[in-house]
Amino acid sequence: MTQNALIDIKGLRVLFRGDDGRTTHAVDSVDLAVANGATLGLVGESGCGKSVTSLAIMGLLSKQSAEVSGSIRFDGFDLLEASDQTLRDLRGNRLAMIFQEPMTSLNPSFTIGDQIIETILRHRGGTRRAARDRAIELLRRVHIPSPDRRIDEYPHKLSGGMRQRVMIAMALACDPKLLIADEPTTALDVTLQAQILELMRELKAASGAAIILITHDLGVVAEVCDEVAVMYAGEIVERAKVDELFASPQHPYTVGLLGSIPRLDRRTQHLATIEGMVPNMANPPGGCRFAARCPFVGEICLKAPPLLEEVSPGHASRCLKAPLERLVS
Amino acid sequence: MALLEVENLVKHFPADRNLFGRPRAFVKAVDGVSFHVDAGETLALVGESGCGKSTVSRLVLRLIEPDAGTIRFDGRDLLALDADDLRAFRSKAQLIFQDPYASLNPRMTVGQVLAEPLALHALVPPAARRARVEELLRLVGLEPRFARRYPHEFSGGQRQRIAIARALAVEPKLIICDEPVSALDVSIRSQILNLLRDLQDRLGLSYVFVSHDLAVVKHIADRVAVMNLGTIVETADTQALFASPRHPYSRALLSAIPVPKPQAKRSRLLLQGELPSALNPPTGCRFHTRCPFAIDRCRFDVPRLLADGAGHATACHRVAELPPAEAIVPADGGFSPALERLVAAFDRRVEGGAASGVGMDGALPPAGVRIGD
Repeated sequence: MTQNALIDIKGLRVLFRGDDGRTTHAVDSVDLAVANGATLGLVGESGCGKSVTSLAIMGLLSKQSAEVSGSIRFDGFDLLEASDQTLRDLRGNRLAMIFQEPMTSLNPSFTIGDQIIETILRHRGGTRRAARDRAIELLRRVHIPSPDRRIDEYPHKLSGGMRQRVMIAMALACDPKLLIADEPTTALDVTLQAQILELMRELKAASGAAIILITHDLGVVAEVCDEVAVMYAGEIVERAKVDELFASPQHPYTVGLLGSIPRLDRRTQHLATIEGMVPNMANPPGGCRFAARCPFVGEICLKAPPLLEEVSPGHASRCLKAPLERLVS
Repeated sequence: MALLEVENLVKHFPADRNLFGRPRAFVKAVDGVSFHVDAGETLALVGESGCGKSTVSRLVLRLIEPDAGTIRFDGRDLLALDADDLRAFRSKAQLIFQDPYASLNPRMTVGQVLAEPLALHALVPPAARRARVEELLRLVGLEPRFARRYPHEFSGGQRQRIAIARALAVEPKLIICDEPVSALDVSIRSQILNLLRDLQDRLGLSYVFVSHDLAVVKHIADRVAVMNLGTIVETADTQALFASPRHPYSRALLSAIPVPKPQAKRSRLLLQGELPSALNPPTGCRFHTRCPFAIDRCRFDVPRLLADGAGHATACHRVAELPPAEAIVPADGGFSPALERLVAAFDRRVEGGAASGVGMDGALPPAGVRIGD
């Protein structure tokens, strides 16, 4: 995996310093690798560090408040060592990102065409005429109707689904090798979500880009991802191929998440609940970070932080009790 | 008898006015909607953004005035009520909003938030209010000592519990839940859904549950009304609807839900095109612009909502000719036996205790607490 990985993250750690001098461990020793053409799902609830991980990859965290350490190797660069100039050359070019809020991530005072053309001219150069043709082509690729007319419209004239498609067109403008999509469909209706997910599958097949999809929706993960990493309190607690993760999850947190979503294919009176709260990240607990909420917790779990270890080939869990089947047989 | 009966409800909002201030264009937010809710029952209103489901929920409480139609609550005509009677009615029907960060006044303590409806409706004498506030907090799985705290000290799930307690304070018969769990994380969402169901069982509440999340609706609702552009296109018992949705729009909605099962076999009905504007909805069937089964008749003839013997009603000209709706929703049996037992370990802690507390000890309400006892 590591040899042919497009992006290889090792020991990524992000510390935020508050004004009062207190530090918050937002992301802790995260190891991730994504191969060319693969889709990795990064799953977790609010505050688990999934978005901070993506911002660290993009180099978008403020140097004043965030301390980032570890290494992120992408396409021959170490992104954490790279100069601002190098990062600017990569972002929007080989490394692109789609944000959650299509309503606020477009500039309201420029037409959508201007915004796509700007990206193309910055990274590819050429004439404005050629860039405009390319922008129209991109809008057509993301199924915007009458793109030659829409290109001159301002963002406020487009619906949410259309804006998200414009964001995707912009991200694809320079054929990125890695696309990070942070909750790309969360703000959209299910029918639109299905269209956008279909579009992402299509584009991946056509361009061979790798995708990191950040989401809290396990249904979306099951539909589009090849591999999944589940995050809890700043750490990856489980990593597996998508089929494996849903068929036989090996971390209690993943089990709790799967049990707590109402499902179309399952009838239950009571949903599972994960009692308690996420630990305070200014002062994370010494042992397993999920221990306080885990129904399978034992004394051993409180002593030292567990490591992310393989339970079976390609399936890793940060739980001392894994494999979990032993607990219920 | 139905607790709530709504007939031919209409609400058009002026979208544009001429020089003299006369409206000349309307958003047809709700256009002839009829449904009923029985006592102790949950009716879900589902549909995409802008389909009018939230407008319906506000019309039912007369928070906005309908242009036409009738609303009967407990046999009384709501539109005939004067201001005093309307206020009295509001203690029988309450609303829970989507965003628990915006729906609680940040300058009031939780105790003040919960005591205000008691004072407004003169339900509980001042001396007894504190005890009643504590009882309400216990009822929703929060500790009584939280009454002295302010909303910002709570998480999203806890705030939604406070909003539910506020709605329960006046002992309503009906609670309108407008996307009550959409803003919450999945593990918190399940706690609130369990709590809502629990309260319904214990207090005999009726819910109108407005949501765009169909998996949640399948879990909580007894009956479902599917809305498209201000009209109801299908109503049925939840099990019947999910087993075989009839209207092409319902089929498209149900087939679009992502299922957490990587190899799920299902037939997809992807909608093409954009949701038409409610400002100028399509003639005839309002779904015909996006419907793969549309024929000429659908373009001019408005289909009526017709029920079969089992109460499954559909507004579609071609309902009898459509292909059978197989494999739109994957069949039951999502988990392996081992995973089922692992998941059960997460449920064990709340068995018998009913409502689950959030990170607190001794917060479980005693079984059998009745509001107002």
